[in-house]
Amino acid sequence: MTSDSVSPDTSPVVKSEGFGSKDVVLDINDVSKSFVTSHRRVQALESVNLRIGRGLVTGLIGPDGAGKTTLMRLVTGLLLADGGRISVLGVDVAREPLVVQAMVGYMPQRFGLYEDLTVQENLDLYADLQGVAPADRPARYRELMRMTGLAPFTTRLAGRLSGGMKQKLGLACTLVRSPALLLLDEPTVGVDPVSRRELWAIVYRLVQEQAMTVLLSTAYLEEAERCHEVALLYQGQVLGQDSPASFSAQLQGRTYAVTAPGLKKRALQETLSVRPGVVDAVIQGDRVRLVMDNTTPPATDALLPALPGAVLEPVPPRFEDSFIARLHAGEATRASAYSTDQHDPRAVASPTGNEPVIEVRHVQRRFGSFYAVRDVTFDVCRGEVFGLLGANGAGKSTTFRMLCGLLPSTSGSLRVAGVNLRRAAAHARARIGYMSQRFSLYGSLSALQNLEFFSSAYGLSGSQREARIAWALRQFELERMADVSSIDLPLGYKQRLALACALMHEPEILFLDEPTSGVDPLARREFWRRINLLAERGVTVLITTHFMEEAEYCDRLAIMAAGEILSLGTPAEIKRAARSPAIAEPTMEQAFIALIEAQQQTGMAS
Amino acid sequence: MWRQRILALAKKEFFTLLKDKKSRFVIIGPPIIQLLVFGYAATFDLSHLPFAVYNEDRGSPSRDLIAHFSGSPNFKAVATLNREAQVAPLINRRDALLVLHIGPQFTRNLLLGQPAQLQVIVDGRNSNTAVLALNYVRTIVNRFNQQWAESQGRTGPPARLEVRAWFNPNLLSRWFIVPGIVGLLTLVVTMLVTALSVAREREQGTFDQLLVTPLRPVDILIGKALPGFLIGVGEATVIIVVAVLWFEVPLLGNLLTLYVGVILFLLSAIGVGLMISSLSVTQQQGLLGAFLFLVPAIILSGFATPIANMPPLVQELTLINPMRYFMVILRGVFLEGVPLSLLVQQLWPLAAIAVVTLTLAGALFRRRMY
Amino acid sequence: MRLRGLIRKEFLQVLRDPSSIAIAFVMPVVLLLLFGYGVSLDAKHVPLALVIDQPSADTASFTGAFQESQYFRPTMKATMRAAEQALLQGEVNGIVRLRADFSRRLHGDTSAPIQVIVNGVNANDARLIQGYVEGVWVNWLEDLARARGEELNIPIRLQQRVWFNSELRSRNYLVPGLIAVIMTLIGALLTAMVMAREWERGTMEALMVTPVAMREVLLGKLIPYFLLGMGGMLLSVIMAVWLFGVPLRGSLAVLFVAASLFLLVALGMGLLISIVAKNQFVAGQVAIIVTFLPAFILSGFIFDIGSMPQIVQLLTHLIAARYFVSILQTVFLAGNVWAVLVPNALALIAMAVIFLGLSRRRARKRLD
Repeated sequence: MTSDSVSPDTSPVVKSEGFGSKDVVLDINDVSKSFVTSHRRVQALESVNLRIGRGLVTGLIGPDGAGKTTLMRLVTGLLLADGGRISVLGVDVAREPLVVQAMVGYMPQRFGLYEDLTVQENLDLYADLQGVAPADRPARYRELMRMTGLAPFTTRLAGRLSGGMKQKLGLACTLVRSPALLLLDEPTVGVDPVSRRELWAIVYRLVQEQAMTVLLSTAYLEEAERCHEVALLYQGQVLGQDSPASFSAQLQGRTYAVTAPGLKKRALQETLSVRPGVVDAVIQGDRVRLVMDNTTPPATDALLPALPGAVLEPVPPRFEDSFIARLHAGEATRASAYSTDQHDPRAVASPTGNEPVIEVRHVQRRFGSFYAVRDVTFDVCRGEVFGLLGANGAGKSTTFRMLCGLLPSTSGSLRVAGVNLRRAAAHARARIGYMSQRFSLYGSLSALQNLEFFSSAYGLSGSQREARIAWALRQFELERMADVSSIDLPLGYKQRLALACALMHEPEILFLDEPTSGVDPLARREFWRRINLLAERGVTVLITTHFMEEAEYCDRLAIMAAGEILSLGTPAEIKRAARSPAIAEPTMEQAFIALIEAQQQTGMAS
Repeated sequence: MWRQRILALAKKEFFTLLKDKKSRFVIIGPPIIQLLVFGYAATFDLSHLPFAVYNEDRGSPSRDLIAHFSGSPNFKAVATLNREAQVAPLINRRDALLVLHIGPQFTRNLLLGQPAQLQVIVDGRNSNTAVLALNYVRTIVNRFNQQWAESQGRTGPPARLEVRAWFNPNLLSRWFIVPGIVGLLTLVVTMLVTALSVAREREQGTFDQLLVTPLRPVDILIGKALPGFLIGVGEATVIIVVAVLWFEVPLLGNLLTLYVGVILFLLSAIGVGLMISSLSVTQQQGLLGAFLFLVPAIILSGFATPIANMPPLVQELTLINPMRYFMVILRGVFLEGVPLSLLVQQLWPLAAIAVVTLTLAGALFRRRMY
Repeated sequence: MRLRGLIRKEFLQVLRDPSSIAIAFVMPVVLLLLFGYGVSLDAKHVPLALVIDQPSADTASFTGAFQESQYFRPTMKATMRAAEQALLQGEVNGIVRLRADFSRRLHGDTSAPIQVIVNGVNANDARLIQGYVEGVWVNWLEDLARARGEELNIPIRLQQRVWFNSELRSRNYLVPGLIAVIMTLIGALLTAMVMAREWERGTMEALMVTPVAMREVLLGKLIPYFLLGMGGMLLSVIMAVWLFGVPLRGSLAVLFVAASLFLLVALGMGLLISIVAKNQFVAGQVAIIVTFLPAFILSGFIFDIGSMPQIVQLLTHLIAARYFVSILQTVFLAGNVWAVLVPNALALIAMAVIFLGLSRRRARKRLD
């Protein structure tokens, strides 16, 4: 960690006031792009207009599939627009791609590294390709290594670096020749918060010291607030381009924090979200954050009639609030469809008990000499939503796979509903539901066929099976897409279908491995409402995620790094433990960073 | 209930295999094209062998002898030479495979009852072609000798050969190759279908999903094997029909016997395919594994070259090759009409290979997870 | 500088990734051993049943002739029925029967028939066996005549001279042909996979955004794998000459010029496949389907092209291995016969130009 870097938490200086045409580095003018897949035509971008000024960090914000990567590739000349014009520093990309490519630096999503080359060899390759004179290299390399903190690892293979280090090496490779425009495509995906913070520090420094212009795409809404300017991209269209502050300002007076003693936060959220006038209700710490559709202050007893102790407190709006509000404006409320079907016949199970359903004791998993999971111990009780939180490679997926019986543990004991699933008889597995990363569905099968297959695989038959399939189609709003091959489904539908498949047999325990990655914030909210409903009915849920804000939705969570549990408890307990003189009310992300840093210090001390 | 699960699994496998136009083509297109092309191309029967004549003799017997050659469908005259020096370039350039050299004393010797020399110069670059060409030459010369002896009223040699070829009287090598192709293509298609099936699901993450359902490994194994089996049987049937109706290869044996062989062979091939598949993490590894199995399996099966010609060590190696047994069964049933009872020697190793590989494949489903 | 960087990167990757080395060096060795020993058309020690209805001195001399021959492994069967049974069960490949009147007719006026039955299932084998039987028979007749003190009365005596491969060892022509099959595999598979790998891992995207020209990217792939392929070629040639004892009558230089032409075709093919497929899996599948089986069956390496139907013969002109097989067999066994080498080399050059040209055209610095 470069300690002398600018703190990213200080708000960047916004200078969004009009810039002359000279200062426009990237000019995107009425650009459209569509792709023809074997099955249908997809409009990826539709008359996109964007102008990016010199020396600014512009965030391209939008959910997966919004067209962020397509836009990046159009700018670099890797794709050709159907219509419109893109110019970088006045040079038309379509006409002179090589000239443009000599001016921009581009880091693609997977960093574009050769994993079987060392750090130094990757740098040399890109220096050769970018035509950096050999005499200039040592100084440039020194500078880059200092900036990224990779100096001790120059002889290590890129494939052996951690996610955060790979990201920094990828950045260093694109910076071997200082570009006029730096394009970063989702540079922070799957990277832990500490590395994310370091990346932002580097980006700020480049802007400050070299007046570099940066266009960066991200699906993390909280990162939007770190940009000078934000362009909202949704379903191929730019919804707006402005400073994050002015985005939030539009919601001035419409955001509140609600506390209601005596009501569980999930129940509170559930109640609030279906009230008229409510745009958004999310759990934040012990409170529920509320976004209303107008600035008239809502009456507390109108929102929560049966709760005299409820307190409504105005809070400053965030960027995320405005994002959700904008998306809501575009879509009809989706909440109605499933709230009518709340009463499932199985809703008899007693909610949260204290009997542990999942028991993990001193579990280790070794691959060769590398410990993926080291001495992990935790319990999950019935009806609890338990989160495993950590960056890629922290060991959460390994733990998860061991619990599902997909991977044997090296030592320690694992019990799910009293048995070890790895050795359990087939019928024991009928009690669990599993939704894997990337929503593993049979791509060539239609949505309906996927449901049919999984219901049969779980042993359903006859009228029971019919009923469950009908239930799933209705409950998850899949009727319209029932005959579409699942590979062609939009991501949100895929996620719903995958969840439906895991629920066909009404399992008591649900394993969800990164169920929300890449899904847009609206779908994510909807997903969590379904999970909450299940938990209310006594279904035990184990979930992994790398979205820090989702940690707030869990009853309890374990934060993992390098195969170990750093902290275990309710979200409030974890945040409380991270309090320090510097930060009185840490967010979950700040708590996480504090934990990681503490661990690194003890690591160094030992 | 378990039957229903397996059926659902098999149905899903079929959908994934056949719904996509490209993979449907991979299963149906190449085998048919290959059957036709290879059926015609893979032949050891020589025809129109280019030959040249260097005749120094003026007599009519020599012209008569040359007419025997020109009249044969196996030979085609391409040049007549009049100098010794012309021979070498002709052969070197591959314009002629062989040159018949008839010396000046040919007719005189023949009439005197002394042995007349016929020199044959043959291009040995492809030694098999050379050996076969020499055999054809010998057959023609023998026929000429016999006719000559009869026309001169002389007795032939004290003993003569009466050669008959059983099962394939005209020695058409197509009769030998085409039944082999039944095995070859069935193997290739079955491997392509099975060797990737587990690996594909591993890569897409759906295999984990399968393993956490109450399906037992046996269920998964049967579900995975069924499509490969049915496609294999279908494919074999089509090829057998084409072999009999189009290539007119006689099918003397019992169809039932043939299908017992097909079924056991398919089971062993599926076992190998699924084993490769469960050992590999990615589809690429599956493909490479399938290839590494296919090439030796075909080469060392006796498909094109007899196993008996291989060195003893290699011959022992072929004992684990299911193709080897299937080749014997196919040719035996097609051309010799061998009954089931005589094929037990070939059938039990197939069954053994099937049992071992299928068991291993099922056991590997769970093991190979990381 | 850019090209040098790309080539260095490729070599480093090859060194780090054992699978490329395996494809380039281990595969030729294994395949050559497997094919070199596994594929042989020379029948030796063919099991044969002898049925002698009435043994005598004459029949003994005849059976002795078979026992001495290296081509046969004769076993005596008491009855014709037993011999036929053995033939059906595949214990023997042929039957030679001397009837009861053999001795009488041998010394009489009419010639004595020798009944020969061969298993015709493998027509090629059957013909070879038939030829070997005739050879044994002629030798025996000569011995017989010599013993009687007379000249054997055969009107035309065949005198055969086999050029280039006088012992008619099939290995001498199979091994050079194999080199062509193996080189096809190495060239196409290696490039098809490595190019597709860059697409799959997303590194191609990063490469293309640098000022590097597509020409340089292609050359950066071509040159390292060309050198690797030539290494494999050298290894194959060494094995062919030293291990399998195949004579190399032409010049090594010609061999390597031809090999480099062929390698360019194979690499071009691999490049084209991977540029079109952009995915390791499809590229691998296509590479196997369009390279291995056609090179095996349609190149003239085992099956004689001249004997194929006209339309199939036309098809073989599309198979690069066909030209290389012809060159290899000539350079190894016959020498530098320019009349064979030049047209085949020209065909290879044309194919290389087509494949590399198409690759160059299809490879644009674009993702769509």
